[in-house]
Amino acid sequence: MNQELLHTLKEIMPQITGYIYPNEIEVHWGLLIVVYPYITGIVAGAFILASLVKVFNVKEVQPLYRLSLLTALSYLLVAPLPLLSHLGHPERCFEMFLTPQPSSAMAMFGFVYAWYLMAVLLIEIWFVYRVDMIVWAEGGSGPMKWIHKVLSLFSRDRSESAVTFDHKALKTITIIGIPSAFLLHGYVGFIFGSVKANPWWSSVLMPIAFLFSAIVSGVALVILLYMVITPLTGGKINMKCVDKAVDFLFYAVIVDFTLEFVDFIHRIYQSEEEIKILSEMVMSKLFMSLVIIQVLLGMILPLGIIGATKIFKRRFTLNEDLRKMLYFISVLLIQFGIFTMRWNVVIGGQMFSKSFRGLTTYKMEVTGIEGLLYTLVLLCLPLVILTVLMKILPPWKEMREEDKSLEGGTPGSLPAPGA
Amino acid sequence: MPLSPFAGGGRMNGRRNFLRNTLAFLVSGTAIGGGILKLFPSSALAKEAPRKGKWYGFGVSVDKCIGCGRCMEACKVENDVPREPFFFRTWVERYIIRKDGEAVVKAINPNAEPMAADTSGDRSILRSFFVPKLCNQCADPPCAQVCPVGATFQTADGVVLVNEKTCVGCRYCIQACPYGARYLHPVTRTADKCTFCYHRISQDLLPACVEVCPTQARIFGDLNSSASPLSRFRRMNKIHVLKPALNTEPKAYYAGLDGEVR
Ligand code: SF4
Ligand code: SF4
Repeated sequence: MNQELLHTLKEIMPQITGYIYPNEIEVHWGLLIVVYPYITGIVAGAFILASLVKVFNVKEVQPLYRLSLLTALSYLLVAPLPLLSHLGHPERCFEMFLTPQPSSAMAMFGFVYAWYLMAVLLIEIWFVYRVDMIVWAEGGSGPMKWIHKVLSLFSRDRSESAVTFDHKALKTITIIGIPSAFLLHGYVGFIFGSVKANPWWSSVLMPIAFLFSAIVSGVALVILLYMVITPLTGGKINMKCVDKAVDFLFYAVIVDFTLEFVDFIHRIYQSEEEIKILSEMVMSKLFMSLVIIQVLLGMILPLGIIGATKIFKRRFTLNEDLRKMLYFISVLLIQFGIFTMRWNVVIGGQMFSKSFRGLTTYKMEVTGIEGLLYTLVLLCLPLVILTVLMKILPPWKEMREEDKSLEGGTPGSLPAPGA
Repeated sequence: MPLSPFAGGGRMNGRRNFLRNTLAFLVSGTAIGGGILKLFPSSALAKEAPRKGKWYGFGVSVDKCIGCGRCMEACKVENDVPREPFFFRTWVERYIIRKDGEAVVKAINPNAEPMAADTSGDRSILRSFFVPKLCNQCADPPCAQVCPVGATFQTADGVVLVNEKTCVGCRYCIQACPYGARYLHPVTRTADKCTFCYHRISQDLLPACVEVCPTQARIFGDLNSSASPLSRFRRMNKIHVLKPALNTEPKAYYAGLDGEVR
C-alpha cells in the first residue's frame, strides 16, 4: 500500500467541506496533467505564429520564424512525458497504439501527436533548414559536419529549382500544418470538454477556448524567448518585429478573454443544478488562481499594459526601452495567466464533488513523480532541448541578418528564410 | 419509457436505428466509416438488452436500509478492496433533511460508532434515511466509452468490468463516471469498481453485499427473467435511477428514492 498517498489523503480529510463521494477524495489528475495542456498549447501557438510568416506573409515577424519552429519542436518532444509519467502503468502505454478504443477521445492522442510531429513539424523544419544544412556540412568540420550531413539526409542539391521546390513544399506543409496545430490543441480541449459527468469541463467552448489560449501562450513565449535570447547572443532586438508580434498577441488575448467570458456568462445565465457548487468553488478554492491570477493579472493587466503602449506609441513617443520593459512584463504575466488557466481547468474540475454537495482540496506534493520538482524539470526540459537545437540549427544568425534588412531595406529585399 | 431496462427504450430504438442506418448509408464504403460510427452511442456502446441470455441489474430499497454497513464490510473482504476509508466499491450515504430544507449528507463509516445516534428527539429533522450506492452498471457506460485501451468493457450480460492486465491507469474512466463509483487501486495501480461480484454471480451465487444485507434492502437479478427478484421488485415499486438526464441508462434501480439524492 502506498503510504505516501494514504498520508496525503488523511491530511486532506479535514479540509473537505460539505459532502463528497468517498472515492472523490483523491484528485486523480494532478500537476502533471496541468503541465500537459500547457505544453501542447505552446506547441500549437508557436507553430501558428510561424505560419503567420509563411502563409500570411507578415514580413515584420520574419525574425521569429525559425525560433518559433524550434520552440514548437522542443516543446512537442516533451509533451508526452507528463502523460506517460502520470500513468499507473507507463510500461503499457503502447497498448494505446496497438488496441486503441475508437470511442475514446484519449486513444487518439498518439496518432494526433505522431501526425503533428512527423507529418508537419519535422518536415517543415527540414525544408526550412535543408539548404543551410548543406552549406554547414560543406563548410563545417568535426562531428558538427556529420550531424548536418546526416540531418540533411545527404541531400546536396542547391540548385535554383530545388530551392523553389523547398519553398513550394513549405507552403503546402504550413497549410496542412495550421489545421493540424488547431487539431492538436482543440483535441486536448476536447478530452476535457467531452466529459459529460463533469460540468466544469463539459462545454462545447472548451476546445476553442483551449485553442485561443494556446495561441496566446505560444506567441507570448516566443516573444519572451526572442527578447531574452537576442541580447544574449549579441544581437539587437528588432522592435518592429516585437511590436507586430505583440499586436497579434493583443488580439489573441482579447478573443481568448471573450470566449472565457462568454462561457462564464452562459453558465451563470443557464444556472443549472451545479451552479451553486461551482460558484462556491470559484469564490473559495479558486479565488486566488482564477480571479486574481488568471483573469486580473494574466489577462486584464497585460491587456491594459499593451493597450497603453499602443495608445502612447501613437499619440506620444514612447521610449523604446520602456516599451521593451512593458512588453516583457506583459508576456511574462500572460504566461503565468495561461498556466493558471490550465490549473484552474484541470484541478478545478476535480475539486467539487459530482454529488454537487461539497468540495475537496488538492495538495501539491514537492517530491515524487507527481510533485513540484519533477514538474519544474519538465517545464525546463524544453528550454534545454531548445538550446541544443539552436546549437545544431542556429536560427539567430538569420534573425540578425533579417534585422538589418528590415531596418534598412524594403520588405521585398528580405532574404527568404532558408534561402 | 426512461426507466426501461433496455437502453433507450422502445421508441428511441426506432430513432436510433434510423440514425444509424442513415449514417451507415452516408459513410459506407469509406475507410473511416467504422470509426465515425463508433462515435455514436447507438453503435458504440449502448448494449440493448439481448432477448436471450442474462442482463443483470440491481435493486435498492431505500426504506429498508438501516445503515448497518455490513454490505460495505462484506464487499471489502470479498473483493480485496483496500481497508482504508478512501476506496469503495459500494458505500452507504446518510441523509438528514431538515424542516428548513437543508440536507446534511454523510457517508457512513462502518468502523465507527453506529450511525443511528438518537435523533428522534430532534424536532428540526423532517426525515432521514440511508442510500446505498454502487456502480450503476450503466447500459451506456461513459467509463467504457472513454477508456483508451478498452480495458473497461461491458460483458454480454451487461456488467461493466475492468481488465487489470491491460488498464494503463490513466484514470480517464474515473473522471467520466458521474457517480464516483471508481477509484484507482493503490496496489495494482489500475482502475477498480464494483463488478456485481462477477466471480460469484457466474456461479449462480448472489453478490456478497446482497447476501449479507439483513433487511434485503439490496436486490440482485436478471432483468430478462420476469421471475427474478429484481423484476418482481421493479413491478412492485415506483422506481428511480440516479442522474437520468446524463443518459447513462443506469441499471441500479432505486425504490423510495428522495429527490435530494444525487
Ligand atoms: S456507474 Fe460509473 S463506473 Fe459504473 S458503469 Fe456507470 S459510469 Fe461506469
Ligand atoms: S484507468 Fe484503466 S480502465 Fe480507466 S480509462 Fe484508463 S486504461 Fe481504461
